[in-house]
Parts: sequence; C-alpha cells; structure tokens
Amino acid sequence: MMEYSYVINKDDYANAGKVSTQIKKILKELGVPPEVLRRMAIACYEAEINMIIHSYGGIIKLSISDQISFVFKDKGPGIPDINMAMQPGYSTADDRARELGFGAGMGLANIKKVSDEFDIESSVEGTTLNLRFNIL
Amino acid sequence: MILREILEVLKATEVHVSDTTILDKDFTHVSVADLMSDALAMVCSAGDKTFLLTGLVNAQSIRTAEVLDINTIIYVRDKTPQDVDLIIGKDMNMNLFTTRLSMYEACGLLYESGLQTATK
Repeated sequence: MMEYSYVINKDDYANAGKVSTQIKKILKELGVPPEVLRRMAIACYEAEINMIIHSYGGIIKLSISDQISFVFKDKGPGIPDINMAMQPGYSTADDRARELGFGAGMGLANIKKVSDEFDIESSVEGTTLNLRFNIL
Repeated sequence: MILREILEVLKATEVHVSDTTILDKDFTHVSVADLMSDALAMVCSAGDKTFLLTGLVNAQSIRTAEVLDINTIIYVRDKTPQDVDLIIGKDMNMNLFTTRLSMYEACGLLYESGLQTATK
C-alpha cells in the first residue's frame, strides 16, 4: 500500500486546489483509468476547497492499494447540520470565498455523487470525510 | 465545431495558447459557470471536447478546468487573468481566450451554433 499525507491551512486561497492537482498527477502516473481519475480529482478538489473555506485546517490522507481511499480530517469547527450541508445550493461560504468562485453550495453533494463510497462525521472538534473509489 | 470557428463566432481573442493545434480541434460541449462547484457538477462524458466559458478570471477557473480535463477556457466581458494566474495557466498547458461579449450573448451564440451543455 502507498500512502501520502498533505497539510491544508485555513483560508489559504492562494494555494486552493494545489494538493488536488498533485494527487491527480500521482494517480495519473499510476495508470488510474481516466473516468475514475476525473471523479477522484473532482471529489478531492471540492473537499480541499471545503477545508480551506470552512475549517481551521487539517490533513488529507491518500491510500492506494486495490482501491483508492481519501481521508479529509480537519480541526473544526464542524458542520452544524450535515443534512442541510448536503443539500445542493446550501452554502455558508463568506463573501471572500464567493468572490473567488467558491460557495455554490454544491461541494458535498458533488463529492457524494462522484464517489463510490462516502462517509462523513462531524462534531465541534472536527469533520472527517472518508471516500473510496474502486479502480478494478 | 472547431475552436477557430467558435472564436470567430464569439469574436474572441487569444490570451495564451499552449498548443496551437487546439485551434483546429473539434468541440461539442461547453461548461458555463461562474461558481466553480457548478462547473464541477457538470461532468459530461465528452470531457476532452468541452471548453469552459466563465466570468471568473482567477486561478480557480484554471484549476477547476484542469480537474475536469478541460484545457481551453474562454472568459467573457473582455476579462483576462492577472500575471500570477497566467503563470498557473501556462504551467497547466491551458489555452485561454477572451471575448467582449456578455455571458448571455456568448451563450446565445454558442447555442445557435449547435454547442451542447456539459450538464449530465
């Protein structure tokens, strides 16, 4: 199994999406099929952006074996109502995030749509998002 | 419809071209969005025949396109990326153009020309 870990910082808009681009490159070089690669890149990018906009920062862990798993674990403040956050169009992004093209309220819904397995847990101590993609 | 014809329809000009053969490439779909999660929700099967039409001119339009395997972006209202964002576009081998048209006008002309939405 191969594992990678990346630190994501709160409000780091200048680098938003950089980690997802690096991960996509790694997976492309490993020969992940384009259709799966694209879904993974979309999910990873959305989750990375969410972490930058909404959390106090956290880490992204990528594990590669016969399937590909992502863990997005942040340090809070948590999602008050996950069901609401999953609704397309619902957003709590601030004006700064919206100016940069974020805050469409599609993030979590998009992630769930493109993932083979999706699991999210959240409390004031942080949010953990687990995603899995089948590559076989 | 090849990109050269699309650029003529939109009266679009070049901002940066990484691959000159792109001008003769056929495009069938267009992803239109100013909010990038909206663009990311438009996953159509013809990814390599899709370009992004947007009014968002910062680095995120370029990173979003890259995530979607799109290498051509047309900006509306004569917008062009700032130098710092242009560097990212060059690094990602993007082809960037701009049109003076509004989003409404550009979409109308592209629809009339037979381009399809990238919404799945």
